[in-house]
Amino acid sequence: MSLKDIIAPFSVWKRAFEKPYTTKKPLDERPGAARYRGFHINDMNKCIGCGTCEEICQNAAIDLVPVSKTVHGDSGLRPKIDYGRCCWCALCVDICPTSSLGMSNEYIWIDSDPEVFRFIPGHDDKPWNNSELGYRRAEGYDLLEGQRVAMPMLSFEESKKSFVEMVQGYSAEQARLEADRCIACGICVATCPAHMQVPEYIKAIRDDDMGEGLKIVYNANPLPASCGRVCSHACEYVCAVKHKGEALSIRWLKRYIIDQIYLGDYQKVLDEGEPGNGKKIAVIGSGPGGLSAAYYLSLLGYAVTIYDANDKAGGMLRYGIPEYRLPYNQIDKDVDYITSLGVEIIQNTKIGRDIPFSKIYDEFDSVFFSTGLTDPYGLDISGEDLKGVIPGLEMLDEVTKGLVPDIGSSVVVVGGGNVAMDAARTSKRYGAEVTILYRRRKEDMPADEEEIEEAQGEDCILTTQAIPLRLEKGDKTRLKLYWGKAEMVSEGPGKRPKPVLIEGSEELIECDTVITAIGQAADYSFLSEEITAKLSFKRGYVEVNEFYQTADRKIFAGGDIANPKRDAISAIANGHSAAKGIDIYLTNFRKLN
Amino acid sequence: MVDAKKQDPRSKFPPVEGGKSRYNLTSGKYMKIWQGPQHPGITGNMSLELTVCGDEVVDCKTHVGYLHRGFEKLMERRKYIQCFPLVCRICVPEPDFNEYLFAECVEELAGIQIPERAKWLRALTLEMARLTSFLMWIGGQAGSFGMGTIGQWTVTMRDYMLDLFEELSGGRIYHMYIIPGGVRADLPEGYEGRVESTLKQIEKVLKDVELALMHNYVFKKRAKGLGIITPDMVDEYGITGPNARGSGVKRDIRKDNPYLIYDQLDFEIVTETGSDAYARTWVRMKEMYQSIDLIRQMMKKMPKEGPFFQKLPNVLHWKVPAGQTYHKSECTRGEYGFYMVSDGTELPRRVYVRGPSYTHAVTLMERLAVNTNIADTAGLMVSLHTYPPEIER
Repeated sequence: MSLKDIIAPFSVWKRAFEKPYTTKKPLDERPGAARYRGFHINDMNKCIGCGTCEEICQNAAIDLVPVSKTVHGDSGLRPKIDYGRCCWCALCVDICPTSSLGMSNEYIWIDSDPEVFRFIPGHDDKPWNNSELGYRRAEGYDLLEGQRVAMPMLSFEESKKSFVEMVQGYSAEQARLEADRCIACGICVATCPAHMQVPEYIKAIRDDDMGEGLKIVYNANPLPASCGRVCSHACEYVCAVKHKGEALSIRWLKRYIIDQIYLGDYQKVLDEGEPGNGKKIAVIGSGPGGLSAAYYLSLLGYAVTIYDANDKAGGMLRYGIPEYRLPYNQIDKDVDYITSLGVEIIQNTKIGRDIPFSKIYDEFDSVFFSTGLTDPYGLDISGEDLKGVIPGLEMLDEVTKGLVPDIGSSVVVVGGGNVAMDAARTSKRYGAEVTILYRRRKEDMPADEEEIEEAQGEDCILTTQAIPLRLEKGDKTRLKLYWGKAEMVSEGPGKRPKPVLIEGSEELIECDTVITAIGQAADYSFLSEEITAKLSFKRGYVEVNEFYQTADRKIFAGGDIANPKRDAISAIANGHSAAKGIDIYLTNFRKLN
Repeated sequence: MVDAKKQDPRSKFPPVEGGKSRYNLTSGKYMKIWQGPQHPGITGNMSLELTVCGDEVVDCKTHVGYLHRGFEKLMERRKYIQCFPLVCRICVPEPDFNEYLFAECVEELAGIQIPERAKWLRALTLEMARLTSFLMWIGGQAGSFGMGTIGQWTVTMRDYMLDLFEELSGGRIYHMYIIPGGVRADLPEGYEGRVESTLKQIEKVLKDVELALMHNYVFKKRAKGLGIITPDMVDEYGITGPNARGSGVKRDIRKDNPYLIYDQLDFEIVTETGSDAYARTWVRMKEMYQSIDLIRQMMKKMPKEGPFFQKLPNVLHWKVPAGQTYHKSECTRGEYGFYMVSDGTELPRRVYVRGPSYTHAVTLMERLAVNTNIADTAGLMVSLHTYPPEIER
């Protein structure tokens, strides 16, 4: 011990004269730091209610509750946070795919009612709702991947020369990486017309369990090899990950599963269904709707006979979609599995022409028809009957049948749907110069985005806001097509603008062929008059109930003929619902009678 | 209870017989006193069952379990990313070491390399956490000897450090900044300047603390000779950190087994030879100065820009490859370690946390408390710098 040890402590008396650290009033407000993890905020318009915040919360502090109606791509649910459980870790903010969720820098809130500490940020009125400060996910830090694994594709230079499939398919590593991006929110399931269990089969890819994947896929879709290529993928338009950049390539992941399994191995995995129950069902049309109904009916033990007018099954999948998008052997794979279950397909037999509808109606316990839209709309302009004007579907049909279409060296395709794109790109493959005329804007085109991009990539010229006026016989070429420019006129809020011809504008294209692809109507001529009288129709569609049962209880209908969505996956969903409907009709209904 | 062989040879009391209490409490000579779990002289929620004779402790039994929250078990039911907000809670004053070790284990099992800047930012937060934790500890050390004012100064300084943490990570106590893959955010604009001015303030206060505590007759009188850890006890009891360094054992993981960027920093291991509470206090005081120096070095040497986070697989269904690993780092109290076993699923199979307080607060305390004055048990315990949350993971 020294003298210093006694004196030194007294030297700190000087501190008594320094400015105190503490504030005089303890309730003086001190705002949280700019990154403070305080009470949550949520942008109601950006949030889609995907529930990823709920999924990651390790305290179960977040509960998704309904606040509005479910709409396309939005579950209508919003996170409700229980501040008795929340640990303020902000993982929910980090993982939020839309970046709608954040945290304010507010941390003081006093109330005697414990219930108020459970609220829906952004929905319930709180003073910090518009707080600019507070925790947000930092730039350079991200828990999710927004970029899609690039799909190996043929270059446009190569693709426009042949009918080789353009999309090459994922490798195992690529598929696993792509599957890893899924956040399993299930918004895709709600959006898919067939409600396929997308997150489950994507999980099967992650687990490298293709058998499980196949089973899950077949639960809702018996045409996966085809759908994995040409589905209109409504799921991808609403995918939560899309808000971070690119949607998951759900369609191609499905294709990946199917590509991994030989047809011969299907039966080792899939359920063969119930034994025969002795009842017979007729299906008219072997498109996706008919095949789907046949598959699910045969699983339920019904003996199914499909009547089809063409020489091969598949309907529009085969005769309406070119091979570079959907190779025929893939349709065969789907069809062959369905026929292997005992479904009989009678080809080259048109009901109404070869067999009267009434005969089928009498012989079978129930009838499902899914004959599609086969009558192309005309352009309704003069000169339409000139040689060289052909409907798009007719041209695609010819190509499928192995015929070389007579299109000459220059083609104008009128229309903006998938049939128009297919016809244009097919014409390109036969060496023609192709121009696409569409009367609205590019963003109004009903064709898939990638179809439009690929058509343009293959050097098809796209001319929008163009209305065909008249056709005349050409001098050097077969035809002269006069068209006028259109301007878009607003039809009021919520409605898409209408194209109106600009008077006096007139342009000319000389071409050998004009392909019309502006839509098709249903052909009901196969039905007997008596049946036609019984059924009810609305805007060209046959009217059905939720089980796709028509006004005649024995007749069910689905696909494009009964469903304005007009795509393969909706037809498949219709077939599935109709199969359930037919089963209910043939078991419960009769008992009730 | 002290085993006969382990009993302090200086004790004038009868040894253990058959593992039973050898003190006849009805004799009136001995008294049993519970210190804790609610007691200002105890660190955190644990308690000492003291047998005293007059004011001299003749036996000490430690009781833990008041703070058991089952973190290790909870982690077995959570995805890897969900363990991240959990681990920081294992040690309240220094959450960062838990975050760092958890992240390090996951990264090794999953084969993830973090960017260079993330390593520096991690080391920076660890060193800031060390300083912050010591600032609170010294308040306890002084307070346990009746000098509460010093605690008020240093806890204020700790609060300034917490302000820095708040600015960096968004949280004052639970920073949740070090995440598998790197860190969650870069340094805010002008952060270095604010760190420097805080460090200067702390240095000033530490000088005052030195005068008021280290050169204090009362403190010297009471802390010198209290809780002597002889060098041969170090390995026997598994003593690490300042408790070992206060006994002249040069042992510091930052030097012996450098992690992150510690091999790029210039520093020496601080040791003292007094072996008592006073020597340990000196070690920690000097380590505070050392931390300040290391933070300054890091601010200077750190790469000025670059990524601070390495993208992880989708954390919602992250399957960490099967394997096991152990990582350790030098926290304020010694060797802090995480042992992790993955069975290749989305959940960790086992996460074991090795907290240095386990040995220090239980076996070592039972040994050192004997023959001390009851008034000094609080000071003794604080001098071992133990945190019950990490005893009871």
